[in-house]
Amino acid sequence: MSDLETKPASNTPEGAQVNPSNSKAGAWVSHVIADLGKNGIFVALIVVVVLFSFLTDGILLRPQNISNLIVQNGYILVLAVGMVMVIIAGHIDLSVGSVAAFVGAMSGVFAVTWGLPWWLSIILSLLVGALVGVWQGFWIAYVGIPAFIVTLAGMLIFRGLALAVLGNANIGSFPAEYRALGNGFLTDVFGEFELDPLTLGVAALAIIALIVQQVRTRRGRAAYGQETEPLVWFIGKLVLITAGIGMFAYALASYKGIPVTLIVLAVLILVYGIIMNRSVFGRHIYAIGGNLHAAELSGVKTRNVTFWLFVNMGVLAALAGLIFTARLNLAGPKAGDGFELEAISAAFIGGAAVQGGVGTIGGAIIGGLIIGVLNNGMSIMGIGIEWQQAVKGLVLLLAVAFDVYNKRRSGGR
Amino acid sequence: MTTNILEMRGITKTFPGVKALQDVTLNVARGEVHAICGENGAGKSTLMKVLSGVYPHGTYTGDIVFEDEVVEFKDIRDSEAKGIVIIHQELALSPYLSIAENIFLNNEQRGAFGLIDWNKTNTEAVKLLARVGLRENPTTKIMDIGVGKQQLVEIAKALSKRVKLLILDEPTAALNDEDSDHLLNLMLHLKGQGITSIIISHKLNEIKKVSDAVTVIRDGKAIETIAKVDVTEDRIIKDMVGRDLEHRYPDHTPNIGEEILRVEDWTAHHPQDPFRVMVDNVNLNVRRGEIVGIAGLMGAGRTEFAMSLFGRSYGSRITGKVFKAGKEIKTRTVTEAIDNGIAYATEDRKTYGLNLIEDIKRNISMASLGKLVKGGLVDDNEEFKVANEYRTSMNIKAPTVLAKTGKLSGGNQQKVVLSKWIYSNPDVLILDEPTRGIDVGAKYEIYAIINALAAQGKGVIVISSELPELIGICDRIYTLSEGRITGEFPINDATPETLIKHMTMEKAR
Repeated sequence: MSDLETKPASNTPEGAQVNPSNSKAGAWVSHVIADLGKNGIFVALIVVVVLFSFLTDGILLRPQNISNLIVQNGYILVLAVGMVMVIIAGHIDLSVGSVAAFVGAMSGVFAVTWGLPWWLSIILSLLVGALVGVWQGFWIAYVGIPAFIVTLAGMLIFRGLALAVLGNANIGSFPAEYRALGNGFLTDVFGEFELDPLTLGVAALAIIALIVQQVRTRRGRAAYGQETEPLVWFIGKLVLITAGIGMFAYALASYKGIPVTLIVLAVLILVYGIIMNRSVFGRHIYAIGGNLHAAELSGVKTRNVTFWLFVNMGVLAALAGLIFTARLNLAGPKAGDGFELEAISAAFIGGAAVQGGVGTIGGAIIGGLIIGVLNNGMSIMGIGIEWQQAVKGLVLLLAVAFDVYNKRRSGGR
Repeated sequence: MTTNILEMRGITKTFPGVKALQDVTLNVARGEVHAICGENGAGKSTLMKVLSGVYPHGTYTGDIVFEDEVVEFKDIRDSEAKGIVIIHQELALSPYLSIAENIFLNNEQRGAFGLIDWNKTNTEAVKLLARVGLRENPTTKIMDIGVGKQQLVEIAKALSKRVKLLILDEPTAALNDEDSDHLLNLMLHLKGQGITSIIISHKLNEIKKVSDAVTVIRDGKAIETIAKVDVTEDRIIKDMVGRDLEHRYPDHTPNIGEEILRVEDWTAHHPQDPFRVMVDNVNLNVRRGEIVGIAGLMGAGRTEFAMSLFGRSYGSRITGKVFKAGKEIKTRTVTEAIDNGIAYATEDRKTYGLNLIEDIKRNISMASLGKLVKGGLVDDNEEFKVANEYRTSMNIKAPTVLAKTGKLSGGNQQKVVLSKWIYSNPDVLILDEPTRGIDVGAKYEIYAIINALAAQGKGVIVISSELPELIGICDRIYTLSEGRITGEFPINDATPETLIKHMTMEKAR
């Protein structure tokens, strides 16, 4: 979340300066409106959730379904994290679905065919993903072939390799530890309770950490004379977020506890949120996407950044492949079909710009969740796959159109 | 029938928060060449957009009277139907289409069944090209002819629309002297054929050459219209800036120390054609506290020299040596150049200098993020503080450092670029056309910044094609022609005449 607040999308009006209202209340309201505008995507997620919980008579918000939502969309969210970084840098990656399938197949070879230990299989699989990234990154960064072409080729190459590895058959029955990546829950620690204590405990810790971090950031900003938001709104937001986490944790706790996939996701969001916002590497990604030439002439090693970006994408695609394979307990030739499109949609719905330079990890995750809720809600309602596709397409189009409209209205270029 | 072909009466145009034009009146007599001049952002282009219907009737107040008839244009097609054609600075030609196809774009010469009659298209094009004095095959693609000729194609296109009032927005900005002369003569020639023109230009000498009257616009208001006999450069400048410019350049007392940078035998070749020499055996040096000018025409190799020196950002087969304070250094990559204390601010801010979608803060920190890293992460509070310090000290006009650089004026953008490089703490700054596209007031501020840098003991190299500017601020000037240094002048020996003579010196063949 902090990711969303500190790195607003480019279409934001400059908060209070736009409305030079003298009254304190006026400034307060204008700040809240500006903040909501900045986090419009978050508001959109809430709207979609409310809409579908209504349309599905509350089934959407049942504990089991909430848990499923995370687990079923985990691999898309993992891909969305890598994809939004690639898109911010001004590139695209069409190969992630095929790479996920290829790595899934390789992990089947490691863990099942060769019978290697589960942890070694996972490490080797991630390495395969990194190698795929090295291959594609080499062509894109150092040879200068557009990412669209290289990854379109990669889409075919790695789908083909996945088929070759599998020999037109499925590999199945993975070790239990491996399967936990897609199906596991952290409940078994304390045995069976009505409400899982571990989940509640973790949620409490997360809330405390969030509050401490937010307060420290606010103090830091104030100490440097940066504008801070009105205290009431700051506290109000914290209360809202705390309530959200609490309800979410309650739902998980009354089902099976924390899914392993969620832990993987939480770590990724945290780490990559910091990378994109606070690390030199992340800043360089934004710089490259914003203006490649200016970045180059400012001493950014643009080729190296691009190269490592694709290596990173390869590893994340591998991770998505592992989670998907673990969930199905099966490495199949059709795995990962269409993942790239869902991940790309997630990034764009989440506010990334087609021209590059704009986007956030948080936005992409929320974009992915919106797609997930749409999928899930429409499935519960019994809407056929054909209409689900059409609706998702429309949502993508409207989300980007809204973004473009917003930019034009605020006088952007 | 009055003698005026065009009367714009009391035009006021507001944008949210800004009054771009305020009660502007412009009268253009039939058959004259009327010049409009003013600083960047004064409202010249806005006025022309109102006239040509880009801003449709209803979005402004005031009347436009064209040929004794009040007109209300809804869009640019309306104004073209009346014979008003505007040629923008950025030419609107399709590079992959032929000259003839471009001339008749959206006005195709049709034959039987409504299909395009190519014979007619090309013969008509030849006639139009003859009128503008362009001898080119009409089937030649636009991309294969130079900018000067493209400009003429635009005019031919305007003629094909039976233009009565031709508006040229800074037509010679991208042209060399020869092409400029040709264009200006063509304007006079068309005037002889009864075509009225409006020319927007910064270049006072060309205004004096072609125009019958000059209207000066400042801050959205028409200051005055000066008849040809009364036009003087001083009067125009005074109108443009609203004050006398006795001191166009801040005082500068040089305090020159020992040599900080020396370049020996620097040679660079064209990136695509490794046998074409672009920078030819350049030797030069800069001392601490010294402002050194490089004077050269477009294409002389000024930018090519600077960029090849700065991390080999340009060219191929680069040879030569660089010495800093007497010790040889390498500048093979931009990072290496920056680490060795060299900074290069590009001539093209928007394309090469700034990330326009990012804020002031992040642009300033771009070249020296490493300085802000604490515990492996960028300290964004410190970044904010640093950016704020530069906003104050450089007088960057923006409400906060979180403002996007794309929304700043040219002068403020340039201050952001300079802040970025000053923050990288260089010993030598190479400033390529530091005041291009910046209005007179902001130029003065940039000169003051350059002086301050020199006073801190840094070496500054200023590349410029404006001789008065170089003579006004430099301590020493090199002239560059065809990639070679053709002369070196202490400021007291540098007169515009000698500099131009050396800038145009050709290689002995």
